[in-house]
Amino acid sequence: MTEDTQTDPVADFITALTEFSETSAPLDFVLIAQNWELFANGIVNTLTLVTLALFIGMLMAIPMAIVKAERLPVASQLVTAFVYVFRGTPLLVQAYLIYYGLAQFEAVRDSIFWPYLREPWWCALFAFSINSAAYQIEIYRGGIDAVPRGEVEAARAIGFSRLGALRHVVLPSAWRRCFPMWGNETIFLLHGTAIASTITVIDILGAGRQLNARYYLAYEGFITATVIYMILIFILTRFLNRAERGLMRHMGEVKVVKAPATGLPGAGLPG
Amino acid sequence: MEDLWAYRGLLMQGTLTTITLALCGLVVAVALGLLGAWGKLSGSRAGQRAANAYTTIVRSIPDLCMMLLLYFGGQTLLNQLGQATGAWEYLEINQFVAGTITIGIIFGAYMTETFRGAYQSIPKGQFEAGTAIGLSKVGLFRTITLPQLLGFAIPSLGVNWMVLLKTTALVSIIGLQDVVWYALSAGRTTRNPFTFFLAVMVIYLVLTFLSELVLRYLERKYTVGRGARA
Repeated sequence: MTEDTQTDPVADFITALTEFSETSAPLDFVLIAQNWELFANGIVNTLTLVTLALFIGMLMAIPMAIVKAERLPVASQLVTAFVYVFRGTPLLVQAYLIYYGLAQFEAVRDSIFWPYLREPWWCALFAFSINSAAYQIEIYRGGIDAVPRGEVEAARAIGFSRLGALRHVVLPSAWRRCFPMWGNETIFLLHGTAIASTITVIDILGAGRQLNARYYLAYEGFITATVIYMILIFILTRFLNRAERGLMRHMGEVKVVKAPATGLPGAGLPG
Repeated sequence: MEDLWAYRGLLMQGTLTTITLALCGLVVAVALGLLGAWGKLSGSRAGQRAANAYTTIVRSIPDLCMMLLLYFGGQTLLNQLGQATGAWEYLEINQFVAGTITIGIIFGAYMTETFRGAYQSIPKGQFEAGTAIGLSKVGLFRTITLPQLLGFAIPSLGVNWMVLLKTTALVSIIGLQDVVWYALSAGRTTRNPFTFFLAVMVIYLVLTFLSELVLRYLERKYTVGRGARA
């Protein structure tokens, strides 16, 4: 080990970067690097929110989608109304309704849920889960409707019960059919979670906003957040495409139809 | 309920801002969408690359993130440019303009796919027939493409419009006084935020419902020629 730090490549690099940052770069990279923990925390928050909301939404959506696909009286109308309301209104307003709105009621403030509903993080999770459930219901319902009747009849003919046919034949087949749409929904949910920053959660965008506010900057925080989102979505898209190919492998060499960009799951209305 | 009634004027005013912003954003989005579709469909390699880059980048940035970047970053950039060139002293982007541009850019990317799909739905034989009777490129566009493009585009355009309308809610974060902004401030003043946000949800549902009616009418109107076959 030499004591001469000049030969340490890492130190050299940092010196060069600092110099570049201070003199010619439009962005203060050193400041961003110094605040890496803020962004790391933001990434963890965003990813946790997306993953949990997606799965809670899924757990809520599957039974409701079955209710709707089976056209159960009354229950299916209620599901339709739920979908209509949560897909037809902005996620931002839903988040505000839960975070700012619920505190209006004394019953809520006195309830056992208050320690959670008081926390912006839990409110964000609640809002994203419900919103995602509404979108996922339509996706799964579409998938279930697309399963050919013959498949169900064949399953019943070889002795599956109604529920057994649903569990072992219809749902797996529907899942493969609606997977591209589901993939789109995960990407839009990731976009949507940026709204958490408006109710003071430090997610990726929240980290960017905090950095900008603390140092009175215009670029650093937002550009860093943007770049992080772009990387995450790039990785997620790759991952989803690979999963889709895996799901379709039994079909032999089938060209995977890329999820159309027009397929906004934010799409207005229940079909 | 009384609070809601007391604030009805402001809520209406905010709703009007929301609708105006959505319509302005739609105009920018359609313009960018046509430009993007033209780029993607053109034979030029550079045009395709530019259009693909545009749609890919937009789809990988959350709308709120882009809005804040354009509003705060764009403001600084504009003034740095002014300082560097000496062309202007100080310019301020107002929230309405920032909102319109952001919404236009985001939905322009989705409209690109809308118009590309619509163009590709026009049967190829029609262009061949047009060429055969001696129409120029401009003539083909004016007499064959343009009249049919809207008809084919409407279903997807309608979906984009519904999402666009909801996205306008984000402008309240940069301080534009839309319906959400008024609801937030009225909720704070009266201490009845739930009531006001619920009202805003109803307002959005009514707007969605009205949009549905208009879209259904437009779809009938612009697909009259195809009616018999469909």
